[in-house]
Amino acid sequence: MSAPTPTSAATREAYPFGLLDLVEAGVDVVAIDADLSVSTMGYQFGEKHPDRWMTVGVAEANMVGIAAGLAAAGKTAFIASFAAFLPGRCFDQLRTSVAQPKGGLNVKCVGSHGGITVGEDGMSAQAVEDLSLMTSLIPFDVIVPADFEEARQAIVAVGKTTRPAYVRTGRPKVPAIYGRDYRFEIGRSNKLREGSDVTLIACGILVEAAVKAADFLANEGISARVVNMATIKPIDREAVIAAARETGAIVTAEEHQTTGGLGSAVARVLAETIPAPMSFVGVDRYGTSGKWDELLGYFELTPARVAQAARDAIARKR
Amino acid sequence: MSSPTIASVSVDELRDIAKRVRAHIVRMVAAAQSGHPGGSLSAVELGVSLFWNHLRCDPSRPDWPDRDRFLLSKGHATPFYYSLLAERGYFSTDLLSGFRTLGSPLQGHASMNAAPGIEMSGGSLGQGLSFAIGQAKAARMDGRDSRCWVLLGDGELNEGQVWEAAMAVPHFGLGDRIIAMVDRNGIQNDGFADTIMRTHPADMFRGFGWQVIECDGHDMAAVDQALSEAERPHEKPRCVVAYTIKGRGVSYMENNPSFHGKAPNADQLATAIAEIELGLK
Repeated sequence: MSAPTPTSAATREAYPFGLLDLVEAGVDVVAIDADLSVSTMGYQFGEKHPDRWMTVGVAEANMVGIAAGLAAAGKTAFIASFAAFLPGRCFDQLRTSVAQPKGGLNVKCVGSHGGITVGEDGMSAQAVEDLSLMTSLIPFDVIVPADFEEARQAIVAVGKTTRPAYVRTGRPKVPAIYGRDYRFEIGRSNKLREGSDVTLIACGILVEAAVKAADFLANEGISARVVNMATIKPIDREAVIAAARETGAIVTAEEHQTTGGLGSAVARVLAETIPAPMSFVGVDRYGTSGKWDELLGYFELTPARVAQAARDAIARKR
Repeated sequence: MSSPTIASVSVDELRDIAKRVRAHIVRMVAAAQSGHPGGSLSAVELGVSLFWNHLRCDPSRPDWPDRDRFLLSKGHATPFYYSLLAERGYFSTDLLSGFRTLGSPLQGHASMNAAPGIEMSGGSLGQGLSFAIGQAKAARMDGRDSRCWVLLGDGELNEGQVWEAAMAVPHFGLGDRIIAMVDRNGIQNDGFADTIMRTHPADMFRGFGWQVIECDGHDMAAVDQALSEAERPHEKPRCVVAYTIKGRGVSYMENNPSFHGKAPNADQLATAIAEIELGLK
């Protein structure tokens, strides 16, 4: 089963393909699910490699501990659940059993259905805290891919390190941004549009909104750079510094609260280097039921809001 | 069953080692003026019998892939753990005096890989049995016959994760690779377990599909026998419930909840050492 290059696919659909690539590359992978494998798509890997996959029932804490034990014995352990439950349900286990052993254990967490676009299930299933939690675990890399291809490559990339990592995937199908020629690297952002008046830094499903916002702004004569910052941690400092130096105003856009995620990481780089006016687009309240695309409108995770945030930031330039 | 990696010593010798381990425990806690003596002293017979007569290990090769893993799930019992490791030869007993001090590998709660023989990080309760499942699954995949011995406290059994793991061990058929041991001393941080949260360790493990072996946790011969029985092939996973006394071996600490996490003063230390020299009555 080789990975397709779909024009429209959910990032979660890439998870099993990334795992298959890793096994093919000789990585000693074991993947675990907690009774949501038909949602995380982990079951597709299990069908190909039943000896390398297990489900532990609805028991996220146990899943983390098992992964830590596997990693301590030399395996590359992947665990997957809804982002609301991984890390939400098992943060302490991630901290004590995975993050605190010297350098962190080789455990990769895949939080699917990240953000509010899980939709109808409502606020309990909608993770707007996962990036805050996972960036706070010291040895972890934290990645939010924007499309299928980037998600597949992100799974492969984290699987080839020995560090713990968190990869957030999403439920809805999103348009392809990248083809097979794209090369994802942990900690390296990808510039999708050049621009000189403002930089729109986005991750995940908001990357597409940022590109559309840049189109709106272009109609007004505003030149907006668009950066896909898929790696939240370690953040691509050079790209942020270049954006501040060359465009003088920054917008961050994420399907997450504005504390502890992409916006906070970018703001820190600016504060330490070249302070620039900045606007944050995110979800700073709990969710509600609705269709995922309706919710993007309800929470104003829209090109129009990103464009307005850009105008606000530009107006604060000195 | 003996193997070059098991010391195979007599019960009398085990009792002598237990005396030394108890003396280390109280000295370490007294020197640090902090730490957890009560739940260290209660587990001594289990630990000594295990490390000398049952755990397949090689202190000169702590990374030996085929070793049995000892996983201290009750991660606060570090005076007990570090004393065992030092007496067994994983590191010098000289290190023990640095317990809980800045720069020492002997952290307040066990920190994985900080010193030879420390297999997992502990301190947040309830995580050892899950960790063992991962280790055991990996060993089975890799064709290694190493086993995991997990020491749990009875207060720790309040944690839901213990039971997530307890139901998973028989489900995954890992009973030949994982042996649980419960130090049933009846006291937890805030007081007597029956008043804080009553548990029934033997019945609870049986209910989750385990074979339970009960013993007097301070009768060295009985403990050694119980661990031998636990090692024998059996269709169910085995849990040794050792009935113990918190603070055992030091009269003023015995069954005294205040010595869960309190250090003795200088006079108390002298009394403790004198009593430990006499051995358990």
